[in-house]
Amino acid sequence: MIKVENLHKSFGKNEVLKGISTVIKEKEVIAIIGPSGSGKSTFLRCINLLEEPTNGVITIGKDIVTDKRTNIMKVRENVGMVFQHFYLFPHKTVLENITYAPRNVQGISKTEANAKADELLRQVGLYEKRDAYPNRLSGGQKQRVAIARALAMNPSVMLFDEPTSALDPEMVKEVLAVMKSLADSGMTMIIVTHEMNFAREVADRILFLDGGQLVEDTPPAQFFTEPKSARAKEFLEKVL
Amino acid sequence: MLDFNAVVPSIPYILKGIGVTLQIVLGATIMGMVLGILLALCKIGKVTVLRIIADFYTSIFRGTPLVLQLMIIYYAIPQLFDINIDPMPAAILAFGLNSGAYISEIIRGGINAVDKGQQEASLALGIPYAKMMKDIILPQAMKNIMPALMNEFITLNKESAIVTVIGALDIMRRAYVVGGSNYHYLEALMIAGVIYYIMTLILTFLGKKLEKRMSRSD
Repeated sequence: MIKVENLHKSFGKNEVLKGISTVIKEKEVIAIIGPSGSGKSTFLRCINLLEEPTNGVITIGKDIVTDKRTNIMKVRENVGMVFQHFYLFPHKTVLENITYAPRNVQGISKTEANAKADELLRQVGLYEKRDAYPNRLSGGQKQRVAIARALAMNPSVMLFDEPTSALDPEMVKEVLAVMKSLADSGMTMIIVTHEMNFAREVADRILFLDGGQLVEDTPPAQFFTEPKSARAKEFLEKVL
Repeated sequence: MLDFNAVVPSIPYILKGIGVTLQIVLGATIMGMVLGILLALCKIGKVTVLRIIADFYTSIFRGTPLVLQLMIIYYAIPQLFDINIDPMPAAILAFGLNSGAYISEIIRGGINAVDKGQQEASLALGIPYAKMMKDIILPQAMKNIMPALMNEFITLNKESAIVTVIGALDIMRRAYVVGGSNYHYLEALMIAGVIYYIMTLILTFLGKKLEKRMSRSD
């Protein structure tokens, strides 16, 4: 369970998050949507402390992430993250990308890490690319490897920061398919996305952010048909 | 008039200087790399004191002539500490300390040029700072700065000729000695020039090969 209480984040004088609170239950799939600059990515990045909140409390399971005494590196092992621009390690092969952290952070043996990586690569449909370097992969393939890399740590939560926004249209589908099957397998997921159809189909809840505030927190069926707030209505009219 | 016959018998003597020059360059390179990486890490790190020390170090070694640094190490250190220092260790020390300053700037630039996302991805995976630097950031930085580093080594190889002033028997010094013994300075110095030039060509060639090897992932 992830609990966010009164989360504030400012960059200098610019307050990006203005007090967000929500609870995300195990196995829930959350889609965060909203106009650009609404604070979606910042919210996501606060959860694993890639951004340090200015104020507020975030709890993941038993760990109070925002407590200075918490070993954030330990927490991050448990929170997978997928970025818009993949950030694969360009000097390592696909297999090495996936096995580096399990071997060097969790101390798992090479044999075991490789076996796990092979299994994940099959899962994302890229086993034949295991020895390729990232620059030989398409955007969609890179993102699927990035997902496998995050999963290799056996995280209990996965964060996705606009995972398909940097992809050519024909590659979006393959990445979303992997994410969908991950959701179906019961992974807790928090996804910042502009893919409205995907959010509607896969998410259990939509968090609609605007101007650094959580404007709406509703199931997709309701959000996309009869949003409560005027701001969400306006946003949906523009994007749908 | 040019008369190479006068210096031909001395060519083996001059050639022996290659070993001396290489020793200085190799020793200084290793020292410079280690020092350069440490200084670069201090410069990009969060510890203010280390950053100031590293910046000050760099500005001193870049802001004064290398020949002065060399002479201070060779002449002033014995005077100060009452120990004798041979030309070779003094030369390696001076060149190592000096190129450490230059290399640290090259590496700092290289680290900063690595996509910030690489650090974020490492953090998100829980990779500790030291491992991230060693396995993720530095290898990428090194690849980017390979041409600049090679340039530094080639410069070092040529600049090492100034060890002549403290009497280390490198290529330059030997050519000078030969020239002095029979007054055919020009011929002797030209031979030294050819040797340096060939060494530079070989280093450039090796550098290109290394760059190619490191760009396997491109």
